[in-house]
Amino acid sequence: MQTISSTAGEVTSRELRQPQSPLVTIKGEPLPLTSSKFVLSDLAFYYGKVQALAGISITIPANHITAIIGPSGCGKSTLLRTLNRMNDLIPKTRIEGQVFLDGDDIYSPNVDVVDVRRRVGMVFQRPNPFPMSIYDNVSYGPRLYGVTKRADLDQIVEFSLQQAALWDEVKDKLTQSGMALSGGQQQRLCIARALAVEPDAILMDEPASALDPIATLKIEELMQTLKSSYTIVIVTHNMQQAARVSEFTAFMMIDQNRAGTLVEFGETAQIFTRPKNRQTEDYVTGRFG
Amino acid sequence: MTLIAGASLLVVALMLAIGGLLIQDSTGARQVFGWSFLLPNLGSTWNPVTGQFQGWSFIYGTLVTSLVAILIALPMSLGIAIFLAELSPGWLRAPLGTLIELLAAIPSVVYGLWGIFVFLPAVVVRAGAFLSETLGKIPLLQVVFMGQIPSSGASRLAAGLILAIMIIPTITAVSRDVFRAIPMAQREASLALGATQWETITRVLIPYGLSGILGAAILGLGRAVGETMAVTMVIGNSLQGSYSLLLPGYTMSSVIANEFAEAVSTLHSEALIEVALILFGFTLILNGIARLLVWKIGSRTVEEARA
Repeated sequence: MQTISSTAGEVTSRELRQPQSPLVTIKGEPLPLTSSKFVLSDLAFYYGKVQALAGISITIPANHITAIIGPSGCGKSTLLRTLNRMNDLIPKTRIEGQVFLDGDDIYSPNVDVVDVRRRVGMVFQRPNPFPMSIYDNVSYGPRLYGVTKRADLDQIVEFSLQQAALWDEVKDKLTQSGMALSGGQQQRLCIARALAVEPDAILMDEPASALDPIATLKIEELMQTLKSSYTIVIVTHNMQQAARVSEFTAFMMIDQNRAGTLVEFGETAQIFTRPKNRQTEDYVTGRFG
Repeated sequence: MTLIAGASLLVVALMLAIGGLLIQDSTGARQVFGWSFLLPNLGSTWNPVTGQFQGWSFIYGTLVTSLVAILIALPMSLGIAIFLAELSPGWLRAPLGTLIELLAAIPSVVYGLWGIFVFLPAVVVRAGAFLSETLGKIPLLQVVFMGQIPSSGASRLAAGLILAIMIIPTITAVSRDVFRAIPMAQREASLALGATQWETITRVLIPYGLSGILGAAILGLGRAVGETMAVTMVIGNSLQGSYSLLLPGYTMSSVIANEFAEAVSTLHSEALIEVALILFGFTLILNGIARLLVWKIGSRTVEEARA
């Protein structure tokens, strides 16, 4: 289980390697580069000959929740999936530009994609627990990384389930199948499974869209407790959700070539109350989309 | 509706009719030989001239050839299916899959001929010699690997290997479909946790598809047990009073195919019909076990989903 220890020297070298990107501010103060988790630089993405993303540059701050919003088909999920290279699974796709994770270009040829995915966890739109026991679902990742001692696994499972606010509901039935839980519980199980490998960041692709309002609320509360330890990037088509949970918001649109572009990025409060861009304003006020 | 109900009833009736006929027509032999017909007995005889008939050698032949076939075919088929479903590049998938399905369409007599002229002299004779030199020297394994393989290669081993080749396409095609039916979300879940593709296959996909793979294996085993022509052509069709894989033998289906036309005495044909009855019961039981296994695994997951 890797814990990224950032010494002063490392930080400096990372600063040097990171390209300058649009300045991000917190409460009007510029965000220091060291507290950025992902830096995307002029990113373009193609499904075959179809361009899905164009010219995206964005800095995603560490230990905050960043929401990606925009109309359907604008490439929100595609953008999210570039951050842990899940798009690699789709044949005939191509990426241009760079994605830096803690200063490392994750698309550079000498980077191991497995290592990237260990550092960047993901929660999907539909809960996708394995057809195994709750315990085995959570311990799946740690076991991959060679944790074999029962006591260690027990500890990780309990801690992860507690972090995912599921422990009290399942502690007496850890041997039951994860598939037997309700949809909201399954999604929190998937979050626990992702947390069990101690990632640096967690990507959430519309994590509550298949859930009822109460389960949605639980997931949103959970995100608030997780952000102190993890960087969270969430794609959502629900603007209220973005406004409720996130501190930063990226608004995406389709450009004239039908490729997804970043229209505006900033603090969530600013995006929703004082958008700088006319398209953003139209979208968040509900004039279209 | 009535037509469909009638057709399904007809199938059941046909099953019962075949079973009944086999029981009825083997009455004489069953009365004369009783249970000794079935008992495991290495010295069992099958002599139309003296009218002595015992079926154990054939039961053993069927069991051991099918076992050899499934032991070899299952891992190979699983490997091919995983390659086809998960690893092979897209352009290779369709042609390779079709080719393997075509293998299942080759008539068994062609497999038999190919076996006699190509596979037996080229592979089985050498494999048999090697096995008798190696495993044949180990005390306990000696029982199944002793003796010299005939120069033609005709042996239980040959039958088992030909059967393995014949059932590989069936098991492969079914398991490939099982893998293709596993939701993409399962692969994504595993890969997103930092699993390699191989870890995803062995720890998620195979457990997920286990009941389907089991079903595929049983389908293959069913074909191996009942297969007649190719086995008859390569097994040597003789009784040597030995359990060795390297010596010629007989299976239940091959003895029926070989002798039924020449069975002059009533007792001889009745004995053959009794062999057919055993084969019939055998496949029924095998299928029953298979259904039970698949049903058990299936119902366990359903139960878990409900709990």
